[in-house]
Amino acid sequence: MITISGLNKRYRTAHGPVDALCNIELTVDSGDIFGIIGLSGAGKSTLIRCLNRLEEPDSGSIVVAGRELVGLDRGALREARKKIGMIFQHFNLLDSRTVFDNVAFPLELAGCPKREIGPRVDEILELVGLHGRKQSYPSQLSGGQKQRVGIARALANHPDLLLCDEATSALDPQTTASILDLLADVNRKLGVTIVLITHEMQVIRQICNKVAVLDQGRIVESGSVEQVFNAPRSSTMQLFLTHSAPQQVNGSGI
Amino acid sequence: MQEDLLPMLASGFAETLYMVVLSTLAAVVLGLPLGVLVVLTAPGHLEDSPRLHRALGTIINIARSFPFIILIVLLLPLSRFLVGTTLGATAAVVPLSIAAAPFVGRLIENSLKEVEWGKVEAALAMGASTLQIVVKVLIPEALPSLVLGLTLAIITITGFTATAGAIGAGGLGSLAIRYGYMRYREDVMLATVVLLVIFVQAVQWGGDRLARRIDTKHHRSSKDRI
Repeated sequence: MITISGLNKRYRTAHGPVDALCNIELTVDSGDIFGIIGLSGAGKSTLIRCLNRLEEPDSGSIVVAGRELVGLDRGALREARKKIGMIFQHFNLLDSRTVFDNVAFPLELAGCPKREIGPRVDEILELVGLHGRKQSYPSQLSGGQKQRVGIARALANHPDLLLCDEATSALDPQTTASILDLLADVNRKLGVTIVLITHEMQVIRQICNKVAVLDQGRIVESGSVEQVFNAPRSSTMQLFLTHSAPQQVNGSGI
Repeated sequence: MQEDLLPMLASGFAETLYMVVLSTLAAVVLGLPLGVLVVLTAPGHLEDSPRLHRALGTIINIARSFPFIILIVLLLPLSRFLVGTTLGATAAVVPLSIAAAPFVGRLIENSLKEVEWGKVEAALAMGASTLQIVVKVLIPEALPSLVLGLTLAIITITGFTATAGAIGAGGLGSLAIRYGYMRYREDVMLATVVLLVIFVQAVQWGGDRLARRIDTKHHRSSKDRI
């Protein structure tokens, strides 16, 4: 589904250049829930934002669903983005639109005829459990409900891939768990491939089947979740496992 | 008070209203693209273009630096060309619109700049074009603030019409100067000022109310905003 090779991204800052991403090589298979974990500043956000080119890579190749994204012109990039959904830490819903109209937004952009938009929005709101709230405005919803709208909006146009940029970082643990359940659910039901970034072990543990560990712009470890959790090779992963140990005890109670 | 007062006020107010409405419309037609372009060309925005951004900013600043009365005189040939005369309310709409357009452009720029960047990015991620983002994200999300800006523009333009009245534009400002000031008609002076005050108050009240209505619709949980 995704093949990244030789991806580099460097930022120029007041203190000189910083390598945000360094020679990234990564493969995500169709149907995966692929987690990328790292400390803040590791480059996770830059990496996931390269996958729909919200961030412009300096060099390398990113192939999503058989299409090379690097080098696409603006028009072709817009078309490619219509098949890549994305959800955000702060939801980024439009306050001027109802829940229904927020979810209809990507369909409007894709030029979907009106008579097809209504049924599709209803269907996807049903899936995320918000059918009763379609006439509400985002300000009337809780954080968890807002993220459900975000997920519905991201899935409305039948994407091949769903990108989750710290999607649960602004939510409490219980809401996080229910949003993760929903993501696992849509992965199963719709077969959509999910790539998520997080700094929380719990997120990886709960829904991912594969994980990559990012440290200072480099992937220091990757593989299946069992493999990486049971025999961590990188010091970053060992650090994560040590620090999340008490959470593990709590986590099993949820 | 003399019996000519009421008809005089009525026609003066009609002229003022005519100038304000037409000039506001024209100023928005000119100022909206200007404001949108200034926002879009800002560093890091959708159509990042530092040169154009600086050039537009400079044009706006220069146009706004002119004292309005000087601008009217400078634009007399343009008024004559477009309207066929330099006298009367319609001729005054030309300098009024041109004076107000850069001001309206700045107001629109300030409103659109306040829209959270995350919303723009979300739309980009969905494959929206720049035009779609302007029409479907920036303007609707900034609407309460745009309405307040427009209210301010209408009131400023009303003030401009009084100045234009001093040199032959007609309207309430002209009445106040020609009758109230030059002919010592205190009743005219007082009535025009009172009428202008009431008009400005009404515009502000209406604008505030409309902005709040839009805003509370979008932010029902936070009625204490604004």
